[in-house]
This record gives sequence, C-alpha cells and structure tokens, in this order.
Amino acid sequence: MSQINRLGGGQIDRTKTLNFKFDGKSFQGHDGDTLASALLANNVRLMGRSFKYHRPRGVLTSGSEEPNAIIELRDGARQEPNTRATTAELFEGLTAKSQNKIGSLRFDFMAINDRFSNFLTAGFYYKTFMWPAAFWERVYEPIIRKAAGLGSISFENDPDEYDRGFLYCDLLIIGAGPSGLAAALTAGRAGAQVILADEDYTMGGRLNSERFSFVDQSGADWAVKTVAELASLPNVRVMARTTVLGAFDHGIYGALERVSDHIAVPEAGKPRQILWKIYSKRSLLCAGATERPIAFENNDRPGIMLAGAMRSYANRWAVTAAHNVAIFTNNDDGHKTATDLHAAGVSIAAVVDIRQNAPPSQDYEVIAGGQVVNSTGRLGLTSIDISLPDGSRRTLPCGALGMSGGWNPNIHITSHHRGHPVWNEEIAAFGPPDNGPVGLSVAGAALGNFTTAGALASGSSKANTILKNLGIKENKLALPLAEDAPANMTPFWYVEGCSRAWLDQQNDVTVKDVKLSHQENFVSVEHLKRYTTLGMATDQGKTSNMGGLAIMAELTGKTIPEVGTTIFRPPYTPTAIGAFAGRDRGTDFRPTRQSPSHKWATEQGAVFVEVGMWLRAQWFPKAGETHWRESVDREVVATRKSVGICDVTTLGKIDVQGADFCYIPQQNLL
Amino acid sequence: MIINHPILGPRDSAEFTYMGDAALLDRPDWQAKDALLQFIDYGYLRDNPAGPHTELWYHEQGDRSFLVITRDTTTHEISSVKLASDVARGRGRSK
Repeated sequence: MSQINRLGGGQIDRTKTLNFKFDGKSFQGHDGDTLASALLANNVRLMGRSFKYHRPRGVLTSGSEEPNAIIELRDGARQEPNTRATTAELFEGLTAKSQNKIGSLRFDFMAINDRFSNFLTAGFYYKTFMWPAAFWERVYEPIIRKAAGLGSISFENDPDEYDRGFLYCDLLIIGAGPSGLAAALTAGRAGAQVILADEDYTMGGRLNSERFSFVDQSGADWAVKTVAELASLPNVRVMARTTVLGAFDHGIYGALERVSDHIAVPEAGKPRQILWKIYSKRSLLCAGATERPIAFENNDRPGIMLAGAMRSYANRWAVTAAHNVAIFTNNDDGHKTATDLHAAGVSIAAVVDIRQNAPPSQDYEVIAGGQVVNSTGRLGLTSIDISLPDGSRRTLPCGALGMSGGWNPNIHITSHHRGHPVWNEEIAAFGPPDNGPVGLSVAGAALGNFTTAGALASGSSKANTILKNLGIKENKLALPLAEDAPANMTPFWYVEGCSRAWLDQQNDVTVKDVKLSHQENFVSVEHLKRYTTLGMATDQGKTSNMGGLAIMAELTGKTIPEVGTTIFRPPYTPTAIGAFAGRDRGTDFRPTRQSPSHKWATEQGAVFVEVGMWLRAQWFPKAGETHWRESVDREVVATRKSVGICDVTTLGKIDVQGADFCYIPQQNLL
Repeated sequence: MIINHPILGPRDSAEFTYMGDAALLDRPDWQAKDALLQFIDYGYLRDNPAGPHTELWYHEQGDRSFLVITRDTTTHEISSVKLASDVARGRGRSK
C-alpha cells in the first residue's frame, strides 16, 4: 500500500523503507517514523477503540501524552499491551495490534455500549451493581472484569534483560528542547558535570516540529549541531530515549533508558531497558508544554487531533492525516498549523477561531468568532458543523481537524514532593509550585515561556544561576535569533450545549459526566477524578485534566485556581515492572540457601521444600515408592528401630557469646 | 535519601538500616524503684512527630556505625548527622 499521506521534507530517511504490520495488514514506512506517523502516512486514521463505549479512535497527539492510539506492540513473549503508537519507533518487521475490541477494529461488537451511553454515565458501576449483594462475586465481577482493561498479555516469560545503573552529576537537565539545549550548552561549556536526558529518540523537542523557530537557520539543524557539540564534551552525558520518571529525596532522580525498544530484538548482551538512579546536585526541568484540546460534540473521531501534533507530523515526519484539513483554535498558535500545512501543499478547509479578532490570511478562509459544534464520520472524520457568529450553521467537509486550546506547562515532576501547582493567569494554565523538590529549577515552556526566544533565554539564564550556586564560573551564551511572537489566547474550554463532548478520551469522560459529578455533589477535584475517572490510566490526564477543572470551576461559580488541581506522582509515563525488577528475577530474585547436607541429600534423591530462602530435604523416596507417605512411613519406622538424623540448619542459629561459652553446648543446655 | 556520614561523607540511605527513635540511646536505670514502668515506656512508647525527628540509623552495609540523625518527617530534610557514640559521650557516658 502506498503512503498517500506523505508530504515533502521532514526528518525521515526515505532511502530506508521499513515493512510493518498493523492488525495483520502489511504497510511501509521510513526510518525515523513512529508507528503513528507511519500509519497516518498510509491513510490509517482508526487506531483503537475507546475504553468504555468502544468508540472508534485515532491518534490525538504526537508524543507520550497520547490517550487514544494505544496498541499491543510485538508478538509472542515480547508482546507489550497499552503501548502508545506515538512513541513506538518503527523498525523492520514491527507488528502491532489494536486492542479493546471484540471482532475487528472496524466492526467492534462492544460498540453497542455507545448506544447505551445514557445509562453508562459516571458512577454507573457504583449505582447499578449494588444489589443483590450475593451477585457481586458470581455475576457482576466476572462480566465487569471481562469488559474492563485494554490490552492483553502473553502469559509467557519476558525473554529480555533489564538492568539498573547509577549516575552522578552537578546538573541534571530534564528535556532537550530549546531551553534544555541552551541550558546544557551553557553549563557544559562552563565545565560542569551535566546529564541531558530526553524521552524522545531525536533531541530538540519542538524545534523538530516547527518550521520557523529561528530567524536565520532551521531549528532542527541547530538542535543537531548543539547535540553534537554536547556529545563531544567529556563532562556532558547526552541521553536520548531516556524518560526521567520521578523526583526523589535529596536530588535523586529515577530515569528509564530504552536501550533496545527501537529494534526488533536487543543486541547480544544488551538489556532492553536500564533504570538509572541519578544523583544530582541541581536539576533543571525543561519538559516543555502539552497542548489542550477543545471539547465539542463528537470531538473524538479519528482525524481530530491537536493542532500542534498535526504540525509535528507535517514538519518532522512529513505526514498529514488527510489532504483537506480544518483548524479549530482559540489562539494564534493554531494558525501556525494552517500556515505550515498550506505551505506543504495540504488544502485548508478553514480556520475556525473563536475570537472575533482572529488574524486573517491570504491563503485560506478564517472564520472569526466561529465554533465547531459537531462532527460526522463513523470510522473517521468526514465533515464538521460550524456555528457562525450570526447564529447560522455551516457544514464543512474535511478529513482532519486540528484543535488548539492553548498549552499547559509540563510541570509533573515539580509536584512529586506534594507541591501544589500555582495558577498563572497570563497563560491560563498551572505553573510549577513554589515548594517543588529541593534543588530543582524550571525553565522554558514548562515555566510558561512559550516562544523559542523566551525558552532559549530562560534555559541559559537558569543554568547560569545554577552554575553560580555551585561555584562554577558563569558562561554567557550567544543565542541564535529566534521567533518571539507572543501567542495571544482567549481561554476557551468547551462549546456550550453539547451532550457528548469528550474531555478525557482515554477514560471516555464527557462534559456531561463532569456536570453529573457536580450535580451529585462530587465537587472537589479529588472526588471528581475518582467519580468520573477523569485523568486516570496510562496518560494520567496529560491532555484532559484542565478541561475538567475549567468546567467544574464554571459550575461551582469559582475560579480555576480556587477549584485547584490534582497533583502528580511518579512515574511520568508508564514503566514496565521488569525495569524496576532489573536483574532481581527468577533464581536471582533472592539467594537460595543450602544446608551442609544438601549435596548428600541431592545424591540420595531427596524431595526438597522451600522454607524461606532455605531448601530442606522433606523425604527420600526409594525405588518402588509411589506416594510420599510410603517414604515417610519407612523413614519413621527406621528411626524408631535405629537412629535418624535430621539437618535442622534451616531452623536458625543460636549465637553464644561470653565467658564459658563452650560450657553451654557441651552440657546440652540449648 | 542521602545521609552525610560524619566520617565517610555522603552515602545513599540504602546502605543504612533504620533503627527508630533516638530515645533508645537513653536506657533507664534498672535499679530505679519504678524500673518496670520506665522499661515499659522505653520498650513500647515512641513519639511519631510530623516535623523534625531525632532517630538512629545503623550503617549496616558500611562501617557499622550508629548515627543520630535529625530528619524532618514531612520533607525528609536532614538537619544534623552525628555519630551515636559521640552523642552518648556528650551525655557523660563512657561509650
């Protein structure tokens, strides 16, 4: 099948074609693709079924915050459920399956749940399965268990190895976007011991996704050049494919390096993943920001995604979800997507901006003051309904829609020590708390500096403050000239009058569910989360939490900071249990202890029992004995008639100290 | 956590075994009239403060020293680390 949605340019290697399979069907992509970008290139928008209603879903994002495109990667013993297609790197022979369906992805029998959505609202289980109590274990639980959960596991032993390691540094930089790279360059050139970690396989963050981050050069090229310089410095360790999972006490961070996840089978002697414990004197969070969707009726159809992700797909992976695209935005950033896609030859159906003063365009239609109120297309978007400022409606055919509701700083790690995020009115989002982990600073978009120039400057200046703290000579960096246009934004969370507007696509939480939660007096954010499951599961609400808070704020007549937010816990992204176990598995999980008579007992054919770490001989079967009682009876009789010896090493030790210590065992006083 | 050992410098807390409230250093006089009651308190009663707490840590995987550490139980901030033997001597004991 040809890659009909492939555009020109991008950071993929077109000379290397990779074959892969999705749901048994063969496709081709290129080196540098993720599974999601390769599927989009092949015009596959439908990638999964939703958790509760089994609604058809496609990709929403282009990174680790993905709630929808959750797939089963690989097969056999290496099968991994609930993996994000947006972060899975493509390799030759990759196999993936969609999950959470009965039948095929296109015709899922469980989609019947969607017809009963009026009954399956928030709290459905709590209310319905109350009576009769005796039914719980026998009837309800097995049915619910079968319907719940997403992927399946192979039940085979994991054939891969996992390892653990320890690293030490003056400064740990989390994230290698513009601010992280500027900080690493500042501190690295000054001679500090620096570790630069990024979850992506290509460093540079949004520099790889934007066409015009720098005035006189390409942002992606600058990232490549900078990473190369950093890698050449002996005092800097550059770690790609490494997610910093959590902040622990006294400057200790946990990080997971995916050593072999981008190839079919790990190289001989290499682990699949390494869990690093990083001891840092100071740390700098440059984790960037995550775009927010806008809730409107049926905003979950395959083809509807974040506008920033659309731009990443176009600029980094040279892919568009469709050849006729619309944008729905409340800020200037959404218009960038339209400009970039238009330049790449994609036709722009319209840019729908909720603001009356939306910036006009020569190249495509801008509907100022409009709102997208509904969408159609059963297995993928075919058209959207727009309400115009004069109150009339208009239907606009399009194959993909980009939503841009502003950006949320990625401040998760700053609240790992229970610090509560602080509202920043300027960007209408939560920023880092004042009482974050000791030694941790924040820079770049994670601090609300959303322009490239702002991110570079803040990364470099924060690094210099840290250097000064550590007693290392500061280093003034000549920063490249970068874009510095303020991203004007009017906060807008959801379209009025919707019944099924999706907030949390992973947990199938709608605006209506939040309203129901309020109606039933679950108004605290913590109650809201537990009652509706908003913000739970593998994405932990990275794209959905803010929408829920905004609606609850409106319903309770409070401001968003008054309603407050839930805080974040490690790990930042889902982590395999195997990585935590490391080499402590199988017989290496704990030592096996053998008594002095073990060798002799083995030679006699003893049957052993595990007692704690010890192996103890239970009985010694002889030829012809078929049941343990026969052996034991024979041993009992033999002991009665003559002598028996029992090795009780396994029962413990008695420590005898002091004067006359010989006397006690000699006199059999023990 | 990192414990700044007075002799060995900063060490990972994984090398240590937590031995609880440092009140254990002050063993009651067994010849006192109310020795039984004192020993019951000594054996069973512990403070459980939310805030600074003085506690014993045993460097089991290191030099086998006992340390008296003041740690904030709400933030894990360690404000003081001393050798338990120095603390005991400071209270007029021989060892």
